[in-house]
Amino acid sequence: MSVTSELSSGAEKEALVRTRAYRFELNSSRVAVGAPLLEVADVSLRFGGIRALSEVSFTVRQGDIHAVIGPNGAGKSSMLNCVSGLYRPQRGTIALHSVTEADEERTHDLVARKPHQIARLGVARSFQNIELFGHLTLLENLMLGRHSHMRQSVLAGMAWFGPARRQEIEHREFVEEVIDLLQLQAFRHAHVGSLAYGVQKRVELGRALCIEPALLLLDEPMAGMNAEEKEDMARFILDVSELRGVTTMLIEHDMGVVMDLSDRITVLDFGKVIGDGRPDEISANEDVVKAYLGEEL
Amino acid sequence: MSALSTGTYFTSYRREWALRRTRAEYLRLGLIVVGLAVLPYSIDFYWLSIVNMILIAVIGAVGLNILIGYTGQISLGQGGFLAVGAFSSALLYQRAELPAPISIACAVVITAAVGAFFGLPALRLKGLYLAIATLASQEIIVFVARRWEFLRDGSAPLTVDRLHIGGFEITRELFEWQWYWILLGCAALSVLAARNLLRSPVGRSFMAVRDQDIAASAIGVNVTRAKVTAFAVSSGFVGFAGALLAHYTETVTWESFTLQVSIVYVAMVIVGGLGSVAGAVYGAIFMSLVPVLLTEFLVPVAGAVDWVSESLPAIENAVFGLVIIGFLLFEPRGLDRLWQRSKDYFRFWPFRY
Ligand SMILES: Nc1ncnc2c1ncn2[C@@H]1O[C@H](COP(=O)(O)OP(=O)(O)O)[C@@H](O)[C@H]1O
Ligand SMILES: [Mg+2]
Repeated sequence: MSVTSELSSGAEKEALVRTRAYRFELNSSRVAVGAPLLEVADVSLRFGGIRALSEVSFTVRQGDIHAVIGPNGAGKSSMLNCVSGLYRPQRGTIALHSVTEADEERTHDLVARKPHQIARLGVARSFQNIELFGHLTLLENLMLGRHSHMRQSVLAGMAWFGPARRQEIEHREFVEEVIDLLQLQAFRHAHVGSLAYGVQKRVELGRALCIEPALLLLDEPMAGMNAEEKEDMARFILDVSELRGVTTMLIEHDMGVVMDLSDRITVLDFGKVIGDGRPDEISANEDVVKAYLGEEL
Repeated sequence: MSALSTGTYFTSYRREWALRRTRAEYLRLGLIVVGLAVLPYSIDFYWLSIVNMILIAVIGAVGLNILIGYTGQISLGQGGFLAVGAFSSALLYQRAELPAPISIACAVVITAAVGAFFGLPALRLKGLYLAIATLASQEIIVFVARRWEFLRDGSAPLTVDRLHIGGFEITRELFEWQWYWILLGCAALSVLAARNLLRSPVGRSFMAVRDQDIAASAIGVNVTRAKVTAFAVSSGFVGFAGALLAHYTETVTWESFTLQVSIVYVAMVIVGGLGSVAGAVYGAIFMSLVPVLLTEFLVPVAGAVDWVSESLPAIENAVFGLVIIGFLLFEPRGLDRLWQRSKDYFRFWPFRY
């Protein structure tokens, strides 16, 4: 290791890293860094009498790690579910921006779309309670992450030789890169249901990355992990964001992690936004401190 | 060289994807091929006819397992879909005088379409409710087959002329042998096609829907499309089995496609092993042999004991039921799992764990 770093100048090193580690782009959004990627405006969601979200508005910018925090039951998961189309808010708009290959700007209204259509726009996610395909192997789970990029042909699949196998090899290479990135090599052929909890959380992140996200939604990716696993996961999230440019929305309870990782924070309480800003602004915001952070900050 | 293997590793994706990978697997495949080659010449026509029926059942069970085992959608409409395949091919061959390969191919497509249509309730219903909906499709299809004059030859069941394809004809003397080779080829192709499909994106989307339909939709799987496709593909296989059955038995009547048939097929899939192509094959063999062996065993007894001969069908049903319950209790993952376990036992022998 030390030999290589001595020999390579900065530019060479970068070239090396590029050719060796990154064959594929993970980030599929062509929106300029810092420009609005996701705009949530006046979103309200009710379950019978429960107001899970009330007039929630915020903007996620390209390249950020945008944290959503708040006490249990504040509506954080409901917010992500609205973005990925699993819940349909009664009011409000959720707009995802994209830039096409021809540099045309597009805006997609997510409220009207089905979950699989939203996934095809590049919105990828993990779940608070792991939702992997338990009877399938890790590889199959990650290959399913590639699903929206693969041609679906019953006849080609039955024949296997030819197009189906070529396609499989092509996408397998992408999946292998994600496996390397998340250090999952040892578990390739394991059935994910039999893997340790912390590893399953990583597989879920991997499956989301295989979509080539424009926007990555992570619902408590570190919940229930020990300190070491948390540190690894934080490292992975940072790598994905900083090195690979994937915009990330992160729900997390550990305030230390949130303050360290995020570029911007939205605070929810009882379904309402009570704070929105940079980490230093949030820790200085009296409402937030009173409602949520308590005395410790 | 042994018939079992220890660790396996691969140096290319192609090697890893080969369906047989170790020497032991090739050896076993070789043994099976030799076995299948000598089988028809070492048993009499009675037993060969049973083998031929088993080969047809294999195709039907593989199809049903795609739906139940791989997509998690229960179906009690198997008998009805077999009927659609059988009547379609018989009518196209007999009345429209299409060549058999074309009538059979059309039957596959027609049954796939009918299956997709009757699979639509699966978009809304799950589990028991879906079972009831597919039961309705079974009853509707059999009702139509029973009442529609067009599906009969006057008052007799629809008969199908002896199979001929171009210059090739099935002859009286070689009937079972010739059919054996045709059906074996069809069954082998079906098994291969199913295994290939299940490692392609379409097959994986079926399993994703089975394991976690919400997560499946969140990664871009169109769950509606996956379910309808699963019904269509599964019914396509079943239609193939039905068409072959029509040409092999040379008569088609609704009585061969009752609910009883649907239930036997579900039993094949469960006993063989849900979500395993090999399991469907084992299940089809096993469930076809149970009644045959039972009769074989009970008929001599029945000669001596009166009440056995009187209640032969009841005893058969009871044993049938007991076998299914036994599997559900002791090895819910079926014969395939039993086979894997016994392989592991020898693989790691003498180490127990
Ligand atoms: N599917 C649902 N049905 C009924 N109520 C729900 C549903 N999902 C969430 N809720 C309610 O919405 C509120 C917010 O929940 P949630 O978004 O899970 O909070 P958080 O993720 O911030 O802990 C809670 O009161 C919860 O009970
Ligand atoms: Mg939550």
